[in-house]
Amino acid sequence: MPDDRELLDTRASAQLLGDRFPGMAATEEAIMAVSTEHLDGDDVLARKPLGFLFWFAVVWVAVVFLAAILANVLPLQNPNFQNYSSLNQAPSTAHWLGTDDLGRDLLARVIFGSRVSLVVGFVGVAIGLAIGGTAGLISGYKGGKLDIALNAGSFIILAFPAIVAVIAIVTFWGQSLLHITIILGVGTIPLMFRVIRASSLSFAQRDFVVAAKTMGATDTRIVLREILPNVIPVMVTFSLITVAGIIVIEGTLAFLGLSVNLPTPSWGNLINEGTANNALATDPYIMIWPALAMFLLLWSINLIGDRLRQRFDIREGLL
Amino acid sequence: MSKYLVRRVLQLVVVAFVISVLTFMLVHLLPGDPTTVILGPNDTAANRAILLKQLGLNLPLWHQYTTWLGAVFHGNLGTSYLNHQSVTHILATGAPVDIELIIISQVIAFAVAIPLALVTSRKPNKPLDNVATTSTFGLLALPPFVVAPILVAVFAVGLGWFPATGYTPFNQNPATNIHEMILPSVAITAGSIAVYYRLLRSDLISTLQQDFITMARSKGLSSTRIMWRHAFRPSSFSLLAAAGINIGALIAGTFVVELLFVLPGIGYALVQAVEQRDYLVVQGIALVVAIAYVIIQFVIDFIFTIVDPRVVRE
Repeated sequence: MPDDRELLDTRASAQLLGDRFPGMAATEEAIMAVSTEHLDGDDVLARKPLGFLFWFAVVWVAVVFLAAILANVLPLQNPNFQNYSSLNQAPSTAHWLGTDDLGRDLLARVIFGSRVSLVVGFVGVAIGLAIGGTAGLISGYKGGKLDIALNAGSFIILAFPAIVAVIAIVTFWGQSLLHITIILGVGTIPLMFRVIRASSLSFAQRDFVVAAKTMGATDTRIVLREILPNVIPVMVTFSLITVAGIIVIEGTLAFLGLSVNLPTPSWGNLINEGTANNALATDPYIMIWPALAMFLLLWSINLIGDRLRQRFDIREGLL
Repeated sequence: MSKYLVRRVLQLVVVAFVISVLTFMLVHLLPGDPTTVILGPNDTAANRAILLKQLGLNLPLWHQYTTWLGAVFHGNLGTSYLNHQSVTHILATGAPVDIELIIISQVIAFAVAIPLALVTSRKPNKPLDNVATTSTFGLLALPPFVVAPILVAVFAVGLGWFPATGYTPFNQNPATNIHEMILPSVAITAGSIAVYYRLLRSDLISTLQQDFITMARSKGLSSTRIMWRHAFRPSSFSLLAAAGINIGALIAGTFVVELLFVLPGIGYALVQAVEQRDYLVVQGIALVVAIAYVIIQFVIDFIFTIVDPRVVRE
């Protein structure tokens, strides 16, 4: 079925998009490409088993989640307790990961710090997906003036230097975890919208959708039963990539002193503390542990997203 | 084609206008104003009012905005309230730093990603490919604020190969300039390498299945020639598009390395201006960054038509 293949091809869909709103093919294509990474490339290969690394990544994400949820129950020291008799210590039995320049236990700080990253990342993406994803699904299917307006709006927001908006709103609204999560979550809406819209659009004219329409299915039914199931793989993969992205942005905000208020630990501000004032030379552990934890988490999330994409993207051409 | 160009220019104007309004509203939403920074927090309300009047900040917002817009049409982006430099001057001195950072980091990214993808895509899912593909996820997990301090600790403090901070303009001393810019550029290049490599690799794998590659093989062409001359060009679309987005995101996203390496770029100037409520500087930089973003998308679209003549604009 050459026609189907062509429509499924992200490149073709990007050109389709370019026709609707001229000059946007490049952006659309890049977003689609980054999220779906040209399915045809891997399709020609036999299905890979998920492999050891995949399970390692899953276990790591699970461990981080469990530790973050159970942090209050686990026998950890108070992450903000300053013990002046044990400053800048290397890992030991008393402090498994050592202590920082104020004598605070690094294991406790890294574990409590993970809460910020996880909440911001996953809740933020949930916000973006709920609003941007829904809008994209409908917009891509319905088309028309609404689609043109939403599409142009999202293009404008993407052209806006996001850091200005984030700093302005954080300063205006206050640096609580809730606010940061909402701001970064809302920030992902245009991106979510565009990716999911592009994917939805590529299915909107397919035979099975036309067939459903001919049989008199309502729009709601078509979107939910015909289009949504096909868009889900892209949704999951892109959401995971975005989770990783937001965690990095939270870290960057912390680096500018604009994330959650101190002394609440977050991986971003721990890394920041570990690099400020020559701390890397006097006590490298302050930075190494949160950086390592974050590196492994981001790596795991990206790897899981990629493997899931390979696994669940079934192309009809192969059936 | 000319109709297409007109639409693009219209689009640019609309984007620039909306963004200037948005920026204007956002900075005025912030609590406090430039007088707090200029006069300090303890000055009298009367002095503050005088200064506000002098700066024209007591006028209604729409009046301030139209005045600013009118000046912009005359090529005058205004002056910083704090150090009295003109915004055009800040942009003219700062932008080259960022442009250089972006160019060097993208050259490194392409120089690593393209040959790597050309090699690994020939034998997909073999050990070399698996190692390269998995480790690029590691590169995606290395944000600049983690990489930069490590680079400084190892290559500047430890080995002493590069200076930790400092900036010399390119036209003053090109060699010193490049030497100083290498670490900051490397710090922002990790993510680009990963994205470019992965896109090009999967596109190459699908291109290599095509009939014209089999044809080239059966003609007996060397595999190097096939990869570079036949496979690379039709596989470079996603790469190009991703480069467009990436460069767009980097324009104002270089502030972390600018801060860490003490480089006088516009990224950090923008962050600082927001914090100091230097309204005109924020508006000017945001406007120019947004216009640059749209133009880059336009250029990428144009390159598409060169790389693939089948892509016709209307």
